[in-house]
Amino acid sequence: MGIALALLGAASAALFAGIGSAIGVGRAGQAAAGVVTEDPSQFSRVLILQLLPGTQGIYGLLIAFIALSNIGLLGGSVDTGMSVGTGLMYLFACLPMAFVGLVSAMQQSNAAVASIGLVAKRPDQFGKSMIFPAMVETYAILALLVSILAINGIG
Amino acid sequence: MTDNHYYYAVARIRSRELSLLNQAFIDQLLGARSMDEAMRLLQDKGWHMPDEYATESDRVEKMLSAEKQKTWDLMEELVSDTSVFDVLLIENDYHNLKAAVKEALTSDDHPEIFSAGGTIDPKIMEEAVKTRDYGPLPDEMEPVAQKALETLLHTHDGQLTDVIIDKAALIAIGKAAKKSGSPVLELYAKLKVASADIKIAIRAVKTGKDKNFIKDALAPCDTLDTDKLAEAASEGMDAIYDYLALTPYSDAIPELKKSPSAFERWCDNLIIRNIRSEIAHPYTIGPLAAYIIARENEISTVRIVLSGLINDLPEESVRERAREMYV
Repeated sequence: MGIALALLGAASAALFAGIGSAIGVGRAGQAAAGVVTEDPSQFSRVLILQLLPGTQGIYGLLIAFIALSNIGLLGGSVDTGMSVGTGLMYLFACLPMAFVGLVSAMQQSNAAVASIGLVAKRPDQFGKSMIFPAMVETYAILALLVSILAINGIG
Repeated sequence: MTDNHYYYAVARIRSRELSLLNQAFIDQLLGARSMDEAMRLLQDKGWHMPDEYATESDRVEKMLSAEKQKTWDLMEELVSDTSVFDVLLIENDYHNLKAAVKEALTSDDHPEIFSAGGTIDPKIMEEAVKTRDYGPLPDEMEPVAQKALETLLHTHDGQLTDVIIDKAALIAIGKAAKKSGSPVLELYAKLKVASADIKIAIRAVKTGKDKNFIKDALAPCDTLDTDKLAEAASEGMDAIYDYLALTPYSDAIPELKKSPSAFERWCDNLIIRNIRSEIAHPYTIGPLAAYIIARENEISTVRIVLSGLINDLPEESVRERAREMYV
């Protein structure tokens, strides 16, 4: 039971953060395609903005790897007798990345879409347009840190 | 409808907004000394230049209708169901209904009195009114067409017929705006109905209509009490000004005192000022609706400026009628 809970935590981090990133990159991609339809020279600028909500999926994957590695699933030395308490600790340690990853990726995509609109109108403001969605990233990084520290603390 | 997110469409509109005419360009256009100079300026902005035309007015009309068409072609490309924008086209439908009803009294066809750009093909409307088979018309237009035609046949009062159709048009605009669920379109409809009601009241004072006639002519409006407006209109212009001073349209009073065209300009500018916030909205239908309204606004301003040049009007009088731009 303990190992199942730990596995659920690792899967949640990859799953929810991945879903958030997929939605976010998809939204920003639609906006980016709209701008490139009208002005193909903006491709490289809007591509960078489109990719910003994709980082949460990578963070989720990282947390899943660390959790899987700690519980021995990656090295082949899985502890099938893990206690429910330890399993729950892994589950809760993964939750910050899972939920903050999901929500921050979706919110970051809204900011990225708005910034893509800004680049469409004022390409010279590309540098500033990056800052607005990047601010949302702060919270995904905080969640990533909390999850890493918590997982390492259990190990 | 507004639950949809138009990421792609709004991003394209953001790019298109760059080519909208701004105030500096309108000033430049107003300073043009000849039609050719004005047309060259517009051509540089990517406006359509007709190859064949009979007169200068014909040239302008062909250019403006091509520009209008460009906007709607773009919307059809961006939005799968353009019925959300019906609120912007209904006015044309009811204009065509007026034309069809009046044409039904004559034995000749007058295709030139119908305007393109409505939601219903003018030929269908013409045929429906002519044959008294109103089936092909939308449900809400059917009784209006019937009543307007009967009124015209029995009274030969074209003004009364216009009142019936105009009121129905305003009600239909309000309903379509509510159905669209778009705050921009609802705002547009609200301002359109309010300004139309004020114009009706002013016209009624000038033509000496009684209170009951005015009450019947006014369309229900969220921001005006039509009973009070009708009461004021039956008393005179000063009473209308006194009533408007208590409404959100108090700024209109000095314009109404100036001239009907100053009031028309004020109404259009009010709509543009109110929709300008859509420039910052990233993914709703609002920026698309605002773009259409902005294009209509610039097309009507270009028409005013070019008509001024054709008719050799002084720059100042044309400038007074030119609208505020969206960007």
